[in-house]
Amino acid sequence: MKGNEAIAEAAVRAGCLNYFAYPITPQSEIAEYLSWRLPEVGGVFLQAESEVAVGYMIFGAAAAGARVFTSSSSPGISLMSEAISYIAAAECPAVFVNMCRVGPGLGGILPSQADYFQSVKGGGHGDYRLLVLAPASVQEAVEMTMMAFPLAEKYRNPVMIMGDGLIGQMMEPVAFPEGLAQEPSNKDDWATNGMATRNSERRNLVKTLYLDAQEANQHNLKLKAKYDRMKQEDVLFEPYRLGGDYELLIVSYGTMSRVCRTTIDNLKEEGVEVGMIRPRTVFPFPEKAVFDAASKDSCKHVVSIEMSMGQLVEDVERSVRGIRPVTWYGKCGGEVPTPEEVSAFLKEMLSERSVLRTDLNGGLYGQDVS
Amino acid sequence: MGKTFHRPKTMTKNHTHYCPGCTHGVAHRLVAEVIDELGIRDRTVGIAPVGCAVLIYNYIDCDFQEAAHGRAPAMATGIKRVRPDLVVFTYQGDGDLASIGTNEIIHAANRGEKFTTIFVNNAVYGMTGGQMAPTTLPNQRTTTTPSGRNTTSTGMPIRLSEMLATLNTPGYITRQALIRPKYILKARKAIKQAFTYQLENRCFSLVEVISTCPTNWGMTPVAAVDWAEENLLAYYPLGDIKTPA
Repeated sequence: MKGNEAIAEAAVRAGCLNYFAYPITPQSEIAEYLSWRLPEVGGVFLQAESEVAVGYMIFGAAAAGARVFTSSSSPGISLMSEAISYIAAAECPAVFVNMCRVGPGLGGILPSQADYFQSVKGGGHGDYRLLVLAPASVQEAVEMTMMAFPLAEKYRNPVMIMGDGLIGQMMEPVAFPEGLAQEPSNKDDWATNGMATRNSERRNLVKTLYLDAQEANQHNLKLKAKYDRMKQEDVLFEPYRLGGDYELLIVSYGTMSRVCRTTIDNLKEEGVEVGMIRPRTVFPFPEKAVFDAASKDSCKHVVSIEMSMGQLVEDVERSVRGIRPVTWYGKCGGEVPTPEEVSAFLKEMLSERSVLRTDLNGGLYGQDVS
Repeated sequence: MGKTFHRPKTMTKNHTHYCPGCTHGVAHRLVAEVIDELGIRDRTVGIAPVGCAVLIYNYIDCDFQEAAHGRAPAMATGIKRVRPDLVVFTYQGDGDLASIGTNEIIHAANRGEKFTTIFVNNAVYGMTGGQMAPTTLPNQRTTTTPSGRNTTSTGMPIRLSEMLATLNTPGYITRQALIRPKYILKARKAIKQAFTYQLENRCFSLVEVISTCPTNWGMTPVAAVDWAEENLLAYYPLGDIKTPA
């Protein structure tokens, strides 16, 4: 199946029958698919007037206790980010799919990972986080879509699936695992689903206004505790070839990590050992896994390889905590770095003439300065 | 002899934080009375606006969601689509509905979403301190039009209800006022009609209520009523603007 359609079907199989969206390339197939699929299963499909409105339709529906999701691509996610901040503040579960395209501005419609900061550091205002899942294949996109709803309900927080145009447009065989679907949680203690629905005389409020400074602080501490809990309980990553004596450690995720796998395999044939950590959640970030892998005696250097101009590298640096030099390599997206290009860069790094620096302010790292 | 006037069940015992002469309290009470009368409190969800009435849930006692500025119609759409059995109303001021939220209200009305909007028009931004609203009258002084609204640079006041009434989708759009008992009684009827259309799953419904803001108009409550009757009602005529066929 095509990635976008597989995600749409996965949502239905996960028991999410409510979808609001606005068309944007390269993920409009999700809306097209659901426009016929949801009516078939008695669900709700609505094409909204804008991504701004979509964000609040999601908020309203989620706050009323429904399982709900939307999908978009970078500029659309920017418009939804206002609502995402409110949804996180109001502690409502909802799922957002972002098939990232090249930015900034209109950028382009080709695949990119340039929304890393927006996804993991908060695209809207205020102190909030999303749990961000980053699939590297259509099969994984299906599984993550199905996992996203229970995770959103577990934390009462928005979950984002951060893919890229390639994941959305690529066709790969998929299976829909039965075991991943979970019944929606009981939301009666907080959702505005009508007092009669929950047979209660006590009304529920879904709000984000905290005029009292102490209350605002308490609310933010509560949110922080939740994000800290994500770091304890739901960090996902995949190690690749960490068993050998690798000189280089790559950190890469999503589509880009697939190119890195090929590169690593090719280099192994040439006798160069490279290992990789692939974050499957980019928030919470697999800090410990990256640190531990970087700590290995054989490891001389860590490199973040991404389809963005040095975003993931900041989390890699943070995780490595200065024990190894950290370098960035990447492109903004659109053009996906080839295994040959990645390989050439890594070999250059390992060569004696390399003067690659770790100083992020120096302007030299990640560039060929020979 | 029984009590002939009492606090609606849907109103809390809290004293409102509104200024003397403000009509938000009247609007809240009318909504609460109608909810009581129709017996729908246990399945009603209100959407609180941004502005003076953000704390409406301190006074109207049913489920509430709090919207971002202008976005209440999108939230109401979200609720009604996934839970058509719930009764949903938005409560929005003129800056909220006629400025930042025009896109959301136009499309919600055009889709014929089955919720009810109470549109409080007092021709000024209240909570932020009396700035020009899209409904501010020509030459009206506000904190951002200190010499009076200049329509050459700011355009003419928007009659949003009339704009919405041009949509071909059936709907109930009416303008009422909260400034004297004779208007308030009619406004109450209109609000009940609007909720009734929703209960019949018939159409989108919007009741604009011409209101006062003595504080930001710089008037006494009594002078504000007179000013509104003379000026606002001249530009914003009362009555049904559109009824469902």
